Amino acid sequence: MAQALFQKIGGEPAVNAAVDIFYRKVLADDRVNGFFDDVDMERQAAKQRAFLTMAFGGPNNYTGADMRRGHAHLVTRGLNDQHFDIIVEHLAATLKELNVAQDNIDQVAAICESTRKDILGR
Amino acid sequence: MPEILLDDKTYVSAVGETVLDTLTRSGATVPSSCHRGICQTCLMRAIDGSVSAESQKGLKDTLRIRGYFLACQCTPTETLRIERLGAEARRLAATVRAITPLNHEIVLVALECSDMGDYRAGQFINVFKDEGLSRSYSLASAPGIDPHLTLHVRKIEEGRVSGWIHGALQVGDHVTISQPLGECFYLPSDPEQPLLLMGTGSGLAPLYGIIRDALHHGHRGPIHLYHGSRHKDGLYLINELRALAHKHASVHYHPCVSREEPSEDLRRGRVVDIALSDLTGLGDFRVFLCGHPDMVQSAKKRLYLAGASLKNIYADAFIRSAA
Repeated sequence: MAQALFQKIGGEPAVNAAVDIFYRKVLADDRVNGFFDDVDMERQAAKQRAFLTMAFGGPNNYTGADMRRGHAHLVTRGLNDQHFDIIVEHLAATLKELNVAQDNIDQVAAICESTRKDILGR
Repeated sequence: MPEILLDDKTYVSAVGETVLDTLTRSGATVPSSCHRGICQTCLMRAIDGSVSAESQKGLKDTLRIRGYFLACQCTPTETLRIERLGAEARRLAATVRAITPLNHEIVLVALECSDMGDYRAGQFINVFKDEGLSRSYSLASAPGIDPHLTLHVRKIEEGRVSGWIHGALQVGDHVTISQPLGECFYLPSDPEQPLLLMGTGSGLAPLYGIIRDALHHGHRGPIHLYHGSRHKDGLYLINELRALAHKHASVHYHPCVSREEPSEDLRRGRVVDIALSDLTGLGDFRVFLCGHPDMVQSAKKRLYLAGASLKNIYADAFIRSAA
């Protein structure tokens, strides 16, 4: 089912189009950009690309344990539910800009939601 | 079976096996993570042999053309000689052909190097003072235009390599340099695309190569060059660049000073502020940045936030060494 969603959204080209818009929104938002302010923007963008592929239901090998480990340092810096919600909102707004249908956006949000506990280390 | 040559060892691929699988199965250590061609952790470079388009998906064009690929996505069909990221660059012998002052703190160094092979304007080389001490300098020369490799070397206070170049190096001396490195160069992929070149201090060097290389390749889109320094005496090649802008209607040259009242047609302010106030539609631009790492980092972010696409921003980040 997830793979079908990935195809409906537009697959890899959609990820590439979305990364630029999404990462720009996040970097411009003072409420969350502190968590993304890597000195290496390319590396940070590559991480966002991996995240969007996962959120779009695309091929990925990420496990809950990976999510937990990868975000633990951000949780100690105060990453919380509010930040999580803001990121999901930016992602939804990005997909709207790319004319993705609302029910597909809802499915992406649901995939994100399924990672909340791991990302926030609960 | 295709063979993979790495670090003086030969690895034999099984049918349908990826480069990453072949190497790790045989005990070679290659960093990897997603195994799906997404995270780019297993980035490697093919020196001989060609790699599939599939294994270069998502990579910047300047990386693709130099043979970089993702080991987890590459199923070789022919023998490949590959190297790891950051593999020690080949060292070459060069002869100093000229040392000419460009301003009070920057000299032009011209080097002749018969083994240089192909290079691209905008790349950099490492210059070795001795076995253990080297510094990176961008090439200001362009192949097919300049007879020698040229560098713009600013004298750094207490700088051990720049001090040696400024104080001791003589025409006729032999020096050791690395092969050309870096991904900050022009490709004639879209001759109509507007270009933005932005640099401070001796960061003009690669831009001076790139702008002439682009014109040499017949680039037709507008080219905006912003060169900044605190004071006018930090600028250089002003007459040459004015002449270039005079000759080519597409070239717009903006010398900028940030710490003094500008005279003549200099602009007042920091290059990134001035460029952002001049230009619109940054989403269409190809951008080249060079200079102080803080300037490059902040300019990259501001241009991106203003709409420039990350894949269209080219910059080599130099690590600042202690003297």
